[in-house]
Amino acid sequence: MASLTTRLKRVGLPRLVVHLSVLFIVILWLIPTLGILVTSVRDKGQITTSGWWTAFGSSSQTSAGRLGDPGTAKQEGSNYVIRGSVFENGQSGTVKAFGTRVQEPAAFPVGKPADLGEGETLTVQEDGAYVYSKNAPFEGSRGKRIYLTVTTPPTFTLDNYRTVLFSEGIGQAFINSLTVTIPATIIPILIAAFAAYALSWMHFPGRALIIALVVGLIVVPLQMSLIPLLRLYNEVGNFLGTSSKTYAGIWLAHTAFGMPLAIYLLRNYIAGLPKEIIESARVDGASDFEIFLKIVLPLSFPALASFSIFQFLWVWNDLLVAIVFLGTGRDQLVLTGSLNALLGSRGGNWEILTASAFVTIVVPLAVFFGLQRYLVRGLLAGSVKGG
Amino acid sequence: MVSQIVSAIGVMVVGVFICALYYWISDKVLNTIFPVPVGNVTLASRNLNRRAVVRPWLFLGPALLLLGIYLVYPVVATFILSFYDRAGVEYVGFANYRWAFLDSGFRQSIFNNILWLAVVPAACTFFGLVIAVLTDRIWWGNIAKSIVFMPMAISFVGASVIWKFIYEYRGGNDTQIGLLNAIVTWFGGDPQVWISIPFWNNFFLMIILIWIQTGFAMVILSAALRGIPEETIEAAVIDGANGWQIFWKIMVPQIWGTIAVVWTTITILVLKVFDIVLTMTNGQWDTMVLANLMFDWMFRGGGDSGRSAVIALIIMAAVTPIMIWNIRQANQDAGGH
Repeated sequence: MASLTTRLKRVGLPRLVVHLSVLFIVILWLIPTLGILVTSVRDKGQITTSGWWTAFGSSSQTSAGRLGDPGTAKQEGSNYVIRGSVFENGQSGTVKAFGTRVQEPAAFPVGKPADLGEGETLTVQEDGAYVYSKNAPFEGSRGKRIYLTVTTPPTFTLDNYRTVLFSEGIGQAFINSLTVTIPATIIPILIAAFAAYALSWMHFPGRALIIALVVGLIVVPLQMSLIPLLRLYNEVGNFLGTSSKTYAGIWLAHTAFGMPLAIYLLRNYIAGLPKEIIESARVDGASDFEIFLKIVLPLSFPALASFSIFQFLWVWNDLLVAIVFLGTGRDQLVLTGSLNALLGSRGGNWEILTASAFVTIVVPLAVFFGLQRYLVRGLLAGSVKGG
Repeated sequence: MVSQIVSAIGVMVVGVFICALYYWISDKVLNTIFPVPVGNVTLASRNLNRRAVVRPWLFLGPALLLLGIYLVYPVVATFILSFYDRAGVEYVGFANYRWAFLDSGFRQSIFNNILWLAVVPAACTFFGLVIAVLTDRIWWGNIAKSIVFMPMAISFVGASVIWKFIYEYRGGNDTQIGLLNAIVTWFGGDPQVWISIPFWNNFFLMIILIWIQTGFAMVILSAALRGIPEETIEAAVIDGANGWQIFWKIMVPQIWGTIAVVWTTITILVLKVFDIVLTMTNGQWDTMVLANLMFDWMFRGGGDSGRSAVIALIIMAAVTPIMIWNIRQANQDAGGH
């Protein structure tokens, strides 16, 4: 205790407050994601009966069972006895209490004989085994209904993932997302890098105007492009006699929409490369094409990495462009689109939704944590320099 | 499934290859058209000059073509379409604008957009700044920053599912499995269907975007805070300023420019916010915003390109001041070589 107080004094109360507030913020920020991660590996039945924050403790629920029918009764001395287990096939757990009326599922404790009246006694053990006896033959043809309060230990399962990946179409959507994202990330880098080089190291009339245009186009809302492009795509589709919703179409769209930021970021970087290197290469007789390929491109790796992370995250996470330029068939529905569709069709099935959501976010999260350095660098280049 | 992966990779390789091939071939063609013969100095230098004139446009060509088709042309076309009827055939003058002015759904969207614009950029910037200041002072600050920054990687749709689960409501005597309702009932309150309470539901949707974007604000502002010269703070400490005064009177004024950048970047994002509203409410319960209304009219009843175009133009008009400011800024520091 003394050491705690001295340490507290050394750390200082204000400092402790800082630590605690940051801890609070971190928990606040983490909880939402944690919620779906935990839920996605919980048992379907438990998700609906208890909050995910109770997942690590046992959950208690009420279930109904039926005792063996009177035909199975055996005479033991003066009593007629039915033995068995209250758990039907597949069920498991620990019985905490039982009752004979639905209103009172916990009327009797387990392990002790309960007097049900009319000479009947029922004993239920924790593991579900029961002894039901009566001092006269049982009547009727059906077994007695009983209600149980059962606690089940936390069970974690990957079943939800199996379900969404193979029968809810998320596996297919994952591949569709990759099909959209990878070309839509790589192609713009190449095109933008050439343009950025021209805008930083080549002299030609109209250069300043093009730079201004690029900067202006960064903020143009996507909504401005949708209507004319949808019409254009339909016309091109009609003209070529094909569908207007193709992967090639969405690659081009994403490439173009990412282009202004790509050119801007890469130009900032490429224009900042040391002048001497490029000049001396020129003096040595290297053409611009060679300078670009052999000097500028390798040197620009950090900027290229930053932009590709942006573009990857943006394309992978995009919903609007995907629903406008791709079809809704299984062969074209990407992850965000499927998740949106599942929200409509599987509104309450949280085991499906949370597992699907996690599949959707796992790739960007991996990219994020793996390449955070480049992401931060790109963000700083993109916005601080802009202002 | 395997075949699709293979074909996707194949198409990808071909696509990138074609793209690279263009630059390579165009360069070769240029060099062949304007050869640089060894003996003839005048022709060689003339052709070198000619190459230098053409080459920038070969490098810029694909980029300009894409920008032209996908961004410049649509801006003009959308503007023209806003004066035409739903099919984009008949000229209707200002009828679409008149409709927008009188339509209650449109006014609702404008109102909600203004609400979003008033709350989200301010909240993100404020929380971002506070977290940046706090985390800069502790040893595990970088871990904390990573976690706050993490939602940036999550799609709006994914984030919507995450938060929809928090707002989940279950009727009757069912156990509340949504965190918010569980907390409310734990304190003895009544569970609510949060996203269907008009007006306030807007804020529940905004929380999602704030959760995502605060990390962005934090990262940028944290870098700016580190750029503040140590001397200015030391001088303030010597003069007897307390932490609060140092923050507001020394630090904030020095990063004012960065705060403006963060604010405008998030403002643009807010104007385009679409996914969150689509997945959470699809504009029901008075949560419609312009981007969703525009999308709605694009497809509603076969689509109305005129009205949709007007809504898009309103969004465009809102970002135009920021656009002009950005261009002026860029022109100022565009030195180039």
